[in-house]
Amino acid sequence: MNTTVVDAQNLARHYEVSRGSFKKPVVLKALDGASFTLDIGKTLAVVGESGCGKSTLARLVTMIEPPTAGDLVIDGIDVVRAGADERRKLRAKVQIVFQNPYGSLNPRQKIGSTLEEPLKINTDMAAPARRAAAAAMLDQVGLRPEHYQRYPHMFSGGQRQRIAIARALMLNPSILVLDEPVSALDVSIQAQVLNILADLQDKMHLSYLFISHDLAVVKHVADDIMVMYLGRPVETGSAAAILETPKHPYTKALLSATPIADPAHRKERIRLEGELPSPIDPPSGCPFHPRCRYAETRCRIEVPAERASGEQNVACHGVEEGRI
Amino acid sequence: MAESLLDIRNLTVEFDTASGPFRAVDSVDFNVAEGDVLAIVGESGSGKSVAMLAVMGLLPKTATVTADLMRFGDHDLAAMTAKERRQVIGRDITMIFQEPMSSLNPCFTVGFQLGEALKTHLGMNRAARRARAIELLEEVGIPEPEPRLSAFPHQLSGGMSQRVMIAMAIACRPKLLVADEPSTALDVTIQAQILDLLLSLQRETGMALVLITHDMGVVAETARRVVVQYAGQQVERQDVGPLFSSPHHPYTAALLAALPERATSDRLPQIPGTVPGIGDQPDGCRFNPRCTFTTDLCRQQVPPRQTSVFGEALCHYPLGKGGTAA
Repeated sequence: MNTTVVDAQNLARHYEVSRGSFKKPVVLKALDGASFTLDIGKTLAVVGESGCGKSTLARLVTMIEPPTAGDLVIDGIDVVRAGADERRKLRAKVQIVFQNPYGSLNPRQKIGSTLEEPLKINTDMAAPARRAAAAAMLDQVGLRPEHYQRYPHMFSGGQRQRIAIARALMLNPSILVLDEPVSALDVSIQAQVLNILADLQDKMHLSYLFISHDLAVVKHVADDIMVMYLGRPVETGSAAAILETPKHPYTKALLSATPIADPAHRKERIRLEGELPSPIDPPSGCPFHPRCRYAETRCRIEVPAERASGEQNVACHGVEEGRI
Repeated sequence: MAESLLDIRNLTVEFDTASGPFRAVDSVDFNVAEGDVLAIVGESGSGKSVAMLAVMGLLPKTATVTADLMRFGDHDLAAMTAKERRQVIGRDITMIFQEPMSSLNPCFTVGFQLGEALKTHLGMNRAARRARAIELLEEVGIPEPEPRLSAFPHQLSGGMSQRVMIAMAIACRPKLLVADEPSTALDVTIQAQILDLLLSLQRETGMALVLITHDMGVVAETARRVVVQYAGQQVERQDVGPLFSSPHHPYTAALLAALPERATSDRLPQIPGTVPGIGDQPDGCRFNPRCTFTTDLCRQQVPPRQTSVFGEALCHYPLGKGGTAA
């Protein structure tokens, strides 16, 4: 049996950015060659800082935008070559939950009609059936039936995020893209939402593409992890392998920079010098080399490809040569 | 123990709202010694920022601030006029904010904005201001400080802007720096740089640092003493080590248990319900609707402040005390 629901190979998305009337537009490589697979009922976490291309990845997987290059197969259908009708059907299978639950709900629409809208557009369900489906979904995400009649401003951030999750699930998708779903929430609310997501995954056999910058959250939810830097995956593998034995210098630095809620835990922090380079003008060779303390001549010239190293794939010349 | 620098007792802040007065901060006490690092931790709406803004005198007119005592060094902040207070604020007490991008004025260069404090508080002339500004940018780790002086805020990244904010805050060698979520809007690796910078500045200059944050990880790695706020009240006050190893207030314990990194199973122990807002403040203990140990006493009577053995917890049944409701 085929267990893979998303298979991406060398996925890329480039944007043309205008720099004023008299300058040539430049190409911004928001995503430049990402390969990964997502299995049924599993969670793949995409980790990285701003500008690493994780949200662009979400836009490609949800088919909001077509990829510039590479292959994307969702549920056995080749997205790039599929017809418009086939793509339309496929879109119901992939849904997304955004970071900010205050901006992603229409303030002038009652929760009930927000939830029913996907059904109205995509199915020919009758009104009473739609209503019943919306009420059932409210129950699934831990909201009460009377919330059906209310407006978004009457809800707290955590409740809104649950409504956004409910809306994403109305069409019974198989894949949910979660773009920083808990980073706008307080700790006590974050736990509620993470638990609901875990319950729903068990019940509905959902596959999650979980985008986050918070490694503590990722550690809790992920089966597999892909660490990205400036549009490229630098390390992919199982969550245990990446968190226990990180190999890429960037993954190591990211792990050591994450604050740990234990005052007794004193660790050596790997200090990364400098800032993230602009994706408009990325460094030559390995994009991480200006901030990497192991960088050598080869790193400045040649872009490293992802190669198997132990249990994970690592894109680093140093790891390949056995220096690190 | 070092001399007490900031002493606030029974500070209360009320806002006039359309639905009546709302008490955002309810009788909180702060005692910050020279060279101290205090973290105020709480979720949104816990009043952690408002309390420090009240000390700084930065609240709007709709706010009513009352306190038994507001002392900073030799100054009685409550008795001072706004004009007198402005001589202290920005020189001896300074503050940096969460959004570095929106804290800087987009119309003026970095050099001008740095110079402003130096001119107002220290009366430096132009050449001295420029020299000091370069020195300050160097101190906060900005490469090539001299050309940066003529940069506008939009030309800087988030991390750089926060460094400039820190440079402005330490320009007059303050005795107390209040950092309100200084690293929340920044990426993880930049956050680590900014926190390291704040701590090394604190160690070098011996200033006191008050860090307002919601991130327990940041608290664990930076603070010496911690105040936990919930719904405007200080529910627990402890040193950082004991707070994490043996929290006494049920809210602190629940908050720590809800952290994903402390999870022991694939479901997190969650705190039911939400933080009370305007108009739905419960009677008795503010935390009673969400607490697992609630009794009738908690619903009716405002809890007493426990002794320091029990983390000065605001609770009828602090954890670790014999005969708890559990």
